[in-house]
Amino acid sequence: MHQADARTLDTDSARTAPGVALRADWVAFRTIVMKEIRRFLRIWPQTLVPPAISMVLYFLIFGAFIGRRIGEMGGLDYMAFIVPGLIMMAVITNAYSNVASSFYSTKFQRSIETILVSPVPHGVLLGGFVAGGVARGLAVGAIVTVMAGFFIEFEIHSYAVTIGMILLTAVLFSLGGFVNAVFADKFDDISIIPAFVLTPLTYLGGVFYSIDLLPPFWRSLSYLNPIVYMVASFRYGFFGYDGGIPVGMAFAAIVVFVIAFWLFALLLLRRGTGLRS
Amino acid sequence: MTTPALSITGLKKVYAGGFEALKGIDLRVEQGDFFALLGPNGAGKSTSIGIICSLVTKTEGHVEIFGLDIDRHFSEAKRLIGVVPQEFNFSIFEKVGDIVETQAGYYGLPARVAAQNAEKYLRKLGLWDKRKEQARHLSGGMKRRLMIARALVHEPRLLILDEPTAGVDIEIRRSMWDFLQAMNAEGTTIILTTHYLEEAESLCRNIAIIDHGEIVEHTSMRELLMQLNTETFLLDLVEAQETVPELEHYDARLLGPETLEVTIRKGQRLNDVFARLDALGVHVSSMRNKSNRLEQLFVTLTQTHGSAETLVHASG
Repeated sequence: MHQADARTLDTDSARTAPGVALRADWVAFRTIVMKEIRRFLRIWPQTLVPPAISMVLYFLIFGAFIGRRIGEMGGLDYMAFIVPGLIMMAVITNAYSNVASSFYSTKFQRSIETILVSPVPHGVLLGGFVAGGVARGLAVGAIVTVMAGFFIEFEIHSYAVTIGMILLTAVLFSLGGFVNAVFADKFDDISIIPAFVLTPLTYLGGVFYSIDLLPPFWRSLSYLNPIVYMVASFRYGFFGYDGGIPVGMAFAAIVVFVIAFWLFALLLLRRGTGLRS
Repeated sequence: MTTPALSITGLKKVYAGGFEALKGIDLRVEQGDFFALLGPNGAGKSTSIGIICSLVTKTEGHVEIFGLDIDRHFSEAKRLIGVVPQEFNFSIFEKVGDIVETQAGYYGLPARVAAQNAEKYLRKLGLWDKRKEQARHLSGGMKRRLMIARALVHEPRLLILDEPTAGVDIEIRRSMWDFLQAMNAEGTTIILTTHYLEEAESLCRNIAIIDHGEIVEHTSMRELLMQLNTETFLLDLVEAQETVPELEHYDARLLGPETLEVTIRKGQRLNDVFARLDALGVHVSSMRNKSNRLEQLFVTLTQTHGSAETLVHASG
């Protein structure tokens, strides 16, 4: 049999065989995730070390040096109070920047074309890049948590809340990074949102202080900041202290945001925004 | 009639600024063909290929790959195509082996099969020894071959090459031709865009010429070449000549004392030229077509040292 004919039969049977497409999609998903993980591990001095150093400095300055004078915050030792927020901060910035820079580089180098010409469905492409961002966010989060262990002893109050919140947050900000990269035309465009939106929201998101301490106006304004809910819920997972934030509602709100961002990102891919002419 | 490898009907593309890159083209490439898509810059070649490969959104028309509509059978149609783009589009910091295996993963090939296919094509293209090196360490010719290996790793039935030999030296170009001819002989349909007309002439059986978004010629290479009105030959003479020998009805000129250029028009015969030269006492030691001359000499010299044979043997 001619080789071309043999391949015709292979293709036809592959098309009709149940589960084959699903298996192929799973392989494609795993391929993208592993490629993303390889990428951030290959450049570990840029991706894993700086956040660890920054967080150690935060622990030292705000926790050990200044924290001693502050005493307690929300019924917690100040060092303990800032630990969940700092972990969350590391996860947010790393998940976001991983997907934003990786997907933008893929566009810039035009290697995205190698995925676009392949049969990878849009959902698998999106899921792969998001999972890569989550992987880096969690890797950095784990490093920061280990670092925190050198400064304070802690036990996890609720593993479900802690893991659920960190995962959802990483997914949400990975999706945010993806959307940013889709619209980005130059490298500057992927640093604008982190610099002018993410950093202020994170610093004002109750990482270093309790929202309860703020005057009523600023407290009300802070409740519009989604990161407040993430940090407070994550802190609740650690120590059982929610600072007046309804944890269940926070979870629900983040799930809604994740779904909205996912659908928006899929729509962009389907339209080929920034990818197809 | 068998299902064509590629069938394009009424394909139209109007870009956002209003530029009409394709004006409703029809194109048919048969299974097993080695097909050339030629045209000047901006004629619509890359837009056509972009639409076939889902990199460009079409405005109107239908594209079928082996009978599968690319809109309705998105996934299945894509599995049948391999694309070698004009520009390098891989991360230069990735390892050669990873680039090829990753591409296999996008097509859903299990890791074992991906590794086997990657090895097969990296070996065929003379890159196996480079598999653990980052792509940035490869030469230009190696990068081109890497893109071909990557496009073949899922074993497509239709291989599309957009200017595959642009910027590649003659030695590598020749060896890539041999490799592609071997792939075609094994059953892979190949579509090629190129600026090198000699490349199309040497490799392709059928041809389409696109200009200003319209197909202006769609025929076999043989029929197209038969349309040529003139052909120029260079004759190396045994004795040096001071004046151009009188060849009635033929355009001739001396390029040097021992080199005569003769242009044969459609309907004229080379035999008559030789007969006339013989009658004039001018003897010819050798003859060649005017094109290819330097290239042929270069390949002959390099093949003498065996350096141009890597791909020739590997592709067999």
